[in-house]
Amino acid sequence: MTGRMAAILESLGHLLTGRLDRLGLAARFAGALVLVLWMSIRRTSLIIRELYFSGVRSLSIIAVSGLFVGMVLAVQGYEVLQRYGSTESLGVIVALSLVRELGPVVTALLFAGRASSAVTAEIGLMRATEQLAAMDMMAVDPLSRVIAPRFLAAIVSMPLLAAIFSVAGIIGAWIIGVQLIGIDDGAFWSQMQASVDVRIDVLDGLLKSIVFGTAVGLISVFEGYFAAPTAEGIASATTRTVVISSLSVLMLDLVLTVMMFRGLS
Amino acid sequence: MASSDPSVMIDLNGVRFSYADRPILQGIDLTIKKGEIVAIMGGSGGGKTTLLGLMAGRLKPSSGSVTLDGFDVPHLGKKDLYALRRRIGMLFQFGALFTDLTVFDNVAFPYREQTDLPEAMIQALVLMKLEAVGLRGAHRLMPSELSGGMARRVALARAVALDPALMLYDEPFTGLDPISVGIIGRLIKRLNRALGMTSIIVTHDLNETLRLADRVIVLSGGKVHRDMAPDEIRETEDPFIRQFADGLPDGPVPFHYPAEDYLTELMGS
Amino acid sequence: MNRSRFDIAVGFFVALGLLAMVFMALKVGNLASFDNGTGYALEAHFDNIGGLKVRAPVKSAGVVVGRVESVGLDQDTYEAVVRLRIYPNFRFSKDTIGSILTSGLLGEQYVGLEPGGDPVYLGNGDRLGKTQSAMILEKLISQFLFSKAAETPAKVP
Repeated sequence: MTGRMAAILESLGHLLTGRLDRLGLAARFAGALVLVLWMSIRRTSLIIRELYFSGVRSLSIIAVSGLFVGMVLAVQGYEVLQRYGSTESLGVIVALSLVRELGPVVTALLFAGRASSAVTAEIGLMRATEQLAAMDMMAVDPLSRVIAPRFLAAIVSMPLLAAIFSVAGIIGAWIIGVQLIGIDDGAFWSQMQASVDVRIDVLDGLLKSIVFGTAVGLISVFEGYFAAPTAEGIASATTRTVVISSLSVLMLDLVLTVMMFRGLS
Repeated sequence: MASSDPSVMIDLNGVRFSYADRPILQGIDLTIKKGEIVAIMGGSGGGKTTLLGLMAGRLKPSSGSVTLDGFDVPHLGKKDLYALRRRIGMLFQFGALFTDLTVFDNVAFPYREQTDLPEAMIQALVLMKLEAVGLRGAHRLMPSELSGGMARRVALARAVALDPALMLYDEPFTGLDPISVGIIGRLIKRLNRALGMTSIIVTHDLNETLRLADRVIVLSGGKVHRDMAPDEIRETEDPFIRQFADGLPDGPVPFHYPAEDYLTELMGS
Repeated sequence: MNRSRFDIAVGFFVALGLLAMVFMALKVGNLASFDNGTGYALEAHFDNIGGLKVRAPVKSAGVVVGRVESVGLDQDTYEAVVRLRIYPNFRFSKDTIGSILTSGLLGEQYVGLEPGGDPVYLGNGDRLGKTQSAMILEKLISQFLFSKAAETPAKVP
């Protein structure tokens, strides 16, 4: 019995030290990445290429998802609000949930699934086929030529996509609430404007999505860079990117939300 | 410690290397002169590719010294190492072409990254290099549209783009049909003579090697087993080299993975 | 491949994203309420501000005329000091009364301004002469209970 307990504890400890090793590796990797960042910022054409693959290619899924989420929020919100006879507050409820929470969070989750997984697979494949080694042998640092532009593209794309998601959602809510249900158009917008604060709500939401973009971008390039150079290795790295990104986004969201509300009062 | 002899390209001295706890190289002493074509042979997993990595500074030896053209490779900073690597070309096992760039852009890559040449000049240089490997007509294709042999030739054109003083070839013949093997072999020899560079070829293709190399180094057990001219290899009675040359299944390199007694295991304990 | 195609698509994407941000700033949020620097400041002292928060609206006759800029405590008098930022196009007479009101029964609290008839207007940094504190529900209830208790003397058991 005690032997079994010891075995369980041992495997638990092993798991933990494994995780910590990986965390240390990620920290050193991030440090090295930061050192080459300013060099690759000047290579705008490389970043534009990655913005195309990460940002532009995610545009449709983000806009359509935003529209639907906004519509659902409008239906659900209306159902609750009409019990209290304050349906004209629909705009406020939808806008605040989107701008503060759902916009940044859902965008980051979709981005992790759509763009980051592809980045991990691409970098993993470049490593497996020795493209990164070839670059290194040609005296070109893969970190600044391949990794940094993809990381930067995630940071830049995320707030833009989150803003597009939120606006699409508000438009979706407007279609349901004003066009279909018949809430007063003026009340919908004016109530929203009176209650949504640019600095507290809009800027905090954008700040969140920049943090999420940094986290998701770092995870995707890290997992790709250290993927085992086999088909299974790349597949599991891609899965890990999506899982770890999603969990980190949700965890960071809690931390940021608490910090932001504390700063408010 | 750096060899001052200007005719020496690479000097390895007591080089040891291990992955985790597994020793790969156990004391390699090797000197390669400028202009030589040297083949490094040995069984799979025998540390041949590791040796290339050590020469190029991609790996650091656990002990011993690696001197390349007078530079102490393992102790170079990143900047100096990259400066040195501009004079080294490397052909990877499967070419390692950038899959998102065309053939032209692949060969243009070293020029665009390392020089400030105008685009018109780069275009001329790239077409010249592609012409040298016979693939000028394919410059618009993507790497995925090339056969294995063509990809290897494009990679060769890219590797010699900056006219390196040293070329490292990692298994250049693996997975190619006999015609492509012949073409690559001929190109290696021609580039070597035309550009006056030193070539180091890691391979286990014996026939092509004997036709190509000035010297053959056979690795075994993490050490230099033999260092001889191609003609000597054909005649040697060394059992390891004979097994290698004649493709014998059993010999100094055993056919069986170490196991307990066959009969005992079959009958059960 | 084609660099200009990337450039155009990415340019479109960035423009769309920035447009969405501007939309959020102007149409969803009200950037007009973001003008911290403009307008002029007034100061009002209250015995109790209840649940008044920074950035709560300042209203006169139901119209938003400014925002609460800061809330502090006077260490000598132990009164709450509320700084109001009034939009530049509104003027209030010297004898304006400030009070803390609640929109609806349980709604947010705001500062109400009720102008008097004084021909002189309040300027930047002036202090409101008369104020009325927030109504605190607990105080009202206890007042009510105490007055009830005074009316009907407690029975001796």
